[in-house]
Amino acid sequence: MWKTVLRRVLIMIPEIIILSILVFLLAKAMPGDPFTGSIGPHTSAAQIHHLKEAAGLYNPWYEQYWNWVVHLFHGNLGTSFQYQEPVTRIIGNRAINTLWLAVFAMVLTYAIGIPMGLYAGRNQNKIGDTIIRVYTFVTMSIPFFVILVLGLWIFGYVLGWFPTTGSVSATANSGMATTLSRLQHIVLPGLLAALFGTVNIVQYLRSEVIDAKRSDYVRTARSKGVPTGDVFRHHILRNSLLPIAAFAGYSITGLLGGSLYTEMVFSYPGMGLLFLNSISYRDYTVITALVLLYGILNLFGTLLSDIILSAVDPRVRIQ
Amino acid sequence: MSQNQLNRQSSISEEDLARLSKEAEQEATPSSLRIVWNEFKADRPALFALVIMVVFILFVMIASLFINQGQAMATNIMDSYDKPFTQFFLGTDQGGRSIAKQLILGSRNSIGIAIGLTIISSTFGICYGLIAGYFGGIVDNVMMRIYDFMLMLPITLFIIVLVTIIPNYNVVTLTLILSSFYWMGTSRLIRARTLSESKKDYVAASKTSGTSTFKIIFREIMPNISSLIIVDTMLSFAENIGVETGLSYLGFGLPTNTPSLGTMIANANDPSSITEYWWTWLLAAVEIIILTLSISYIGQVIRRATDASQRLGDD
Repeated sequence: MWKTVLRRVLIMIPEIIILSILVFLLAKAMPGDPFTGSIGPHTSAAQIHHLKEAAGLYNPWYEQYWNWVVHLFHGNLGTSFQYQEPVTRIIGNRAINTLWLAVFAMVLTYAIGIPMGLYAGRNQNKIGDTIIRVYTFVTMSIPFFVILVLGLWIFGYVLGWFPTTGSVSATANSGMATTLSRLQHIVLPGLLAALFGTVNIVQYLRSEVIDAKRSDYVRTARSKGVPTGDVFRHHILRNSLLPIAAFAGYSITGLLGGSLYTEMVFSYPGMGLLFLNSISYRDYTVITALVLLYGILNLFGTLLSDIILSAVDPRVRIQ
Repeated sequence: MSQNQLNRQSSISEEDLARLSKEAEQEATPSSLRIVWNEFKADRPALFALVIMVVFILFVMIASLFINQGQAMATNIMDSYDKPFTQFFLGTDQGGRSIAKQLILGSRNSIGIAIGLTIISSTFGICYGLIAGYFGGIVDNVMMRIYDFMLMLPITLFIIVLVTIIPNYNVVTLTLILSSFYWMGTSRLIRARTLSESKKDYVAASKTSGTSTFKIIFREIMPNISSLIIVDTMLSFAENIGVETGLSYLGFGLPTNTPSLGTMIANANDPSSITEYWWTWLLAAVEIIILTLSISYIGQVIRRATDASQRLGDD
C-alpha cells in the first residue's frame, strides 16, 4: 500500500516539472514580463532595459526557468498589472470562494448520485431505473453552460428564489449573516453543478450493484437466509461504495474545469472569473499563476483518487 | 474451370439455385447498415431524432447559402430589440440584427466547427489508440503516460490562453487548437479495444504470414472495431458542439462578427436582456439542447445496434 503511494508520488514529480515548463513557456509567449505591473507610463526605455537585465530576462530560457521556479518556491509570483497587488494575495482571496462552491457542489453530487445509483441498480429495468437512465442521458448530453444560463434565468430572475450575482450580499456584516448570505449565493450554482455532474457516479454505481447482485457472495448470503434488505445494506452497499470514494479526486478536477462557466454565469468572484477578467485585461502574471495553480490542483486531485482507489482495491496497486 | 462448366456439371436446376441462394441470403446476418436501420425503425423517438437532425442540418446548410454574413451582422440601431413576429420573424438583438439570420449562420458555424473538430480529433485519437494498443509494451507505456499527463492539464484554461496569444487567429486555428486537446477520450477507448483485439488469432495468423504492421493495424484491426469507432465519433460530435459554443459563450471561441450559438447565449450575460429580451438568447439555448440531445440519442441507438444483446429491432 505505502509502496504504491510512494511510487505514485514519485511519478508526479516529473509531471509537475513538465507542467511548470509548459506554463513557463506559455508565459514567455505572452506579451509582457514580470515588470508589466510596476512600469508606469514615464519609465524610460533605458530603465526598462536595465530592469530586464537585472532580472535576467536576457538569459537563456532554462536559466530564466530556474529563476522563476526559485521565485515560485519563495511564494513570489509577481505583481498584478490590473490590481497593483501581489498575485498571491489576489488569488488567495478568490480561491476561498471557489473552494466553498466546489466543496458544496461535491457534497451535493454525492448526496444526489449515491442514492440514485443504488436505487437504479437495485431496481434494474423497472420504471424508476428507466427514469434515472433518461435523467443521466439528458444531463450527459446537454452542454453544462446552457443549463447554468437556463437555471439562472428560471430560478434567479423569473422566480427570484436565489441571488443572481456575487458571493455575499453587501448588507450582511455580522458573522452569522455573512455565512448565511454566502450559502444563499452558492445554493443555485452548487445545485446545478451537482444535478448535472452525477452521471459518472450514477452509472458506475448502477453497474457495480448489478454486477454484485449476480456475484457468489451475494448468492451465498441469500441462500443462508439473510433478508434482501440486509444483503443490500451490508454486503452490496459496502463493496460498491468504496470505489465511488475514489471519484472524489476526479470530481475536484471536473468542478475546477466547470468553475469557469459557473463563475461566469453567476458573476461569482472566484478563481475562474478572475482568470477570465485577467485574460481580458491581459494581466499575464495572474494568468500564469492561475494556469499553474489549476494544473497542480488537478494533479493532486488525480493523486488523491489514485491513492483512495489503491487503498480500497488491492487489484489496482502498481506493481 | 469457368462458371458455365460448373453449372452444367451440377445437378441443381436454375430455379433451385436461385431459390437456395435467396434462402441463404435471408439466413445470413444482415448487413450492419440494415441492423442500424432496423434499430431506428423499432425505436420511434430515435427515428424522430434522426429526422430532426438531418432536416435541421440540411436546412441550416442550405439556408445559410442565401444569407450574406456581412449584411446580417451589420448594426442597425433603429431596429434595436425588436420583438419577435413584428418586423423581424424572431426579433432582433441590441444591434438590430435579425435573430433568425444569426441563428441560421450561427448554427452553420457551430455545427461546421463541431464536424471539423470531430473529424480531426477522432482521427488522431483513433490512430493514437490503435498504435498504443497494437504495439503494447514500452510504446504503450510511454503513450499512456503522455495521455495521463494531458488528462491532468487544465484544458479550458490552456485553450483560452492559446486562443489569446496566437497571432493570426481564425476558424481553422481555433479548430486545430481544440483538436489538440480533445482526442483523449477516443484514444483511451480505442486503445482498450485494440489491446484485446491484437491478441486474437487472426492477428497472429496475419503476422506469421508476413503482413506488414501498417496493414494489420489499419486494414485488419480497424475494420473489426469500426462499430466502436462510429459510436464514439457520434457521441463526441454531440460533445464537441458543446465545446465550441461553450468557448464562444465565454468570449474565446469564434472571432467577433462571426455568429455562433455560444455568442448568442452570451446575450444572457446582461441582466436586462436575460429577462426582457429573452428571444436574443433563449432560442439559441433551446436549439443547442435539441441538437445535442438528438445527436447523442442517435449515438446511443447506434451503440445499441452494435451490441447484439441490447438490440430492439431484431424480431
